[in-house]
Amino acid sequence: MSAQHWSPPRLSLRFLHVWRRNLLVWRKLAIPSMLGNLADPLLYMFGLGYGLGRMLEDVGGLSYIAFLASGVICSSTMMSASFEAMYSAFSRMHMQKTWDAILNAPLTLDDVLLGEWVWAASKSFLSGSAVLIVAAVLGLVPSPLAIAVIPLIFLTGLAFAGLGLIMTALSPSYDFFMYYFTLCVTPMMLLCGVFFPLHELPAAAQIAAQALPLTHAVALARPLVNGTVPSDWLLHVAVLAAYAAGSAWIALALTRRRLLQ
Amino acid sequence: MNTASPLNVAGLRKSYGDKEVVCGIDLALQPGECFGLLGPNGAGKTTTLRLCLGLTGPDSGSIRVLGHEVPQQGREARARIGVVPQFDNLDPDFTIRENLRVFGRYFDIPDSTLQERIPALLEFAGLSSRADTRIQTLSGGMKRRLTLARALINDPELLFLDEPTTGLDPQARHVIWERLRNLLKQGKTLLLTTHFMEEAERLCSRIAIMDHGKIISGGDPRALITQHVEPHVVEVYGEGAPGWGETFGRRHAERCEATGETIFCYTSDPAPLVADLDSRGDLRYLHRRANIEDVFLKLTGRDLRD
Repeated sequence: MSAQHWSPPRLSLRFLHVWRRNLLVWRKLAIPSMLGNLADPLLYMFGLGYGLGRMLEDVGGLSYIAFLASGVICSSTMMSASFEAMYSAFSRMHMQKTWDAILNAPLTLDDVLLGEWVWAASKSFLSGSAVLIVAAVLGLVPSPLAIAVIPLIFLTGLAFAGLGLIMTALSPSYDFFMYYFTLCVTPMMLLCGVFFPLHELPAAAQIAAQALPLTHAVALARPLVNGTVPSDWLLHVAVLAAYAAGSAWIALALTRRRLLQ
Repeated sequence: MNTASPLNVAGLRKSYGDKEVVCGIDLALQPGECFGLLGPNGAGKTTTLRLCLGLTGPDSGSIRVLGHEVPQQGREARARIGVVPQFDNLDPDFTIRENLRVFGRYFDIPDSTLQERIPALLEFAGLSSRADTRIQTLSGGMKRRLTLARALINDPELLFLDEPTTGLDPQARHVIWERLRNLLKQGKTLLLTTHFMEEAERLCSRIAIMDHGKIISGGDPRALITQHVEPHVVEVYGEGAPGWGETFGRRHAERCEATGETIFCYTSDPAPLVADLDSRGDLRYLHRRANIEDVFLKLTGRDLRD
């Protein structure tokens, strides 16, 4: 990697063309796509929430389904951003050569990456918000503080979109993404407080979990959904923002190395 | 501005690792001409185009496209260039019309202008009746025509065509050639890379032959043929051909080349060769005029390139 690859991103509003292109494609499949995105999180929420929830009195002072709802908002945002930034972006970069076509127009690779990053976060924003709305309809969102979850979903989306784009920049094929899912996404699902409180974990695992972005998203979403201001909220926001900005920059440098030969 | 060269390249060099793929190239296109960049696979043609588009930076040398320094002003240059890439990269999720519209937006062209331009481009591509079909259903020829129409969405002054007819059947190829001549009539400047010599001969007023990253010869295609090869070629095929080449061909032709069981005899007087082959009757042969492919093979050799 040369220093050139690491030069600061050159931002321009032209990234919106890339974002808009992806939106147009998505609109054609919006309904099946939304249903697909909702099915998974809702299965977790209802399956575990009602099934497992009947066996538990309360978890951290909440009914289990209420506890679960805020976690699933975050995990579904993570899943949606990861899929979009990996499988879909890889299709556009590698299989369909959509990026090559765009680069022949007056856009730069920086525009393309920025567009893809914001797009993946936007798509995951829809998934996370949909779960939030379902939870609200079920009466699981008692406080207007939950409004603050909306920007949090977008920030969480940016963090996971950036990480996904790093994988895309490194990936030789679709199979490569399985490693990331097995080694990063699934452990986060299980260790970051989505399904049970973090303090149930052994001490070492608790410390490790603090390094993971999903932990911080859940640590913010759960109190907000239930009407309290999260403790250390600034720290959690800072970690997520650092993941978002840092991963996007790394992804940009790696993609420059891959494509601007 | 009209008389200035639309594309001027001087001393261009580019290496990947230890391998120098473009080794000091100079090019100066004239407005309104079709310039052919010919070369075997791996000669550095596509890299040269990428450099001229500002998609990668040169190690040294200068590139000036329509008055813009590239790669520094690559964005401004690309706004005025149309590109037909070697491999189709149309958007499979869109219809024909949407492909044109979405691509036009990348150039910041207002939707109202696109609305006016698209029907003419569909007409040009012969795709008006299928404007709202998805592109998966199109044949290879239709996709190429659409790619060409897409390259015209910004009404470019200069077009880069990277092997525009590779993989097309003869009918489709002739349609593309006809469209390209049409663009030349409109005054556009074309830079064409190809390894179809026939294509270069038909379209290009000037060509440059590129090999191992260097331009090894260039000029008017007719003049190149006269300069480098004898005017007639007799190709002889079959098991007995090499033997005939040794005993008879070599003595009566200025130059003979063999590839497997085919002998190519280059000569200014084909009569004795043809007479002998006719009288023998056991060898198939073809007598033709020398073309740019013969020049190309003479200069770049007959070895396979991968």
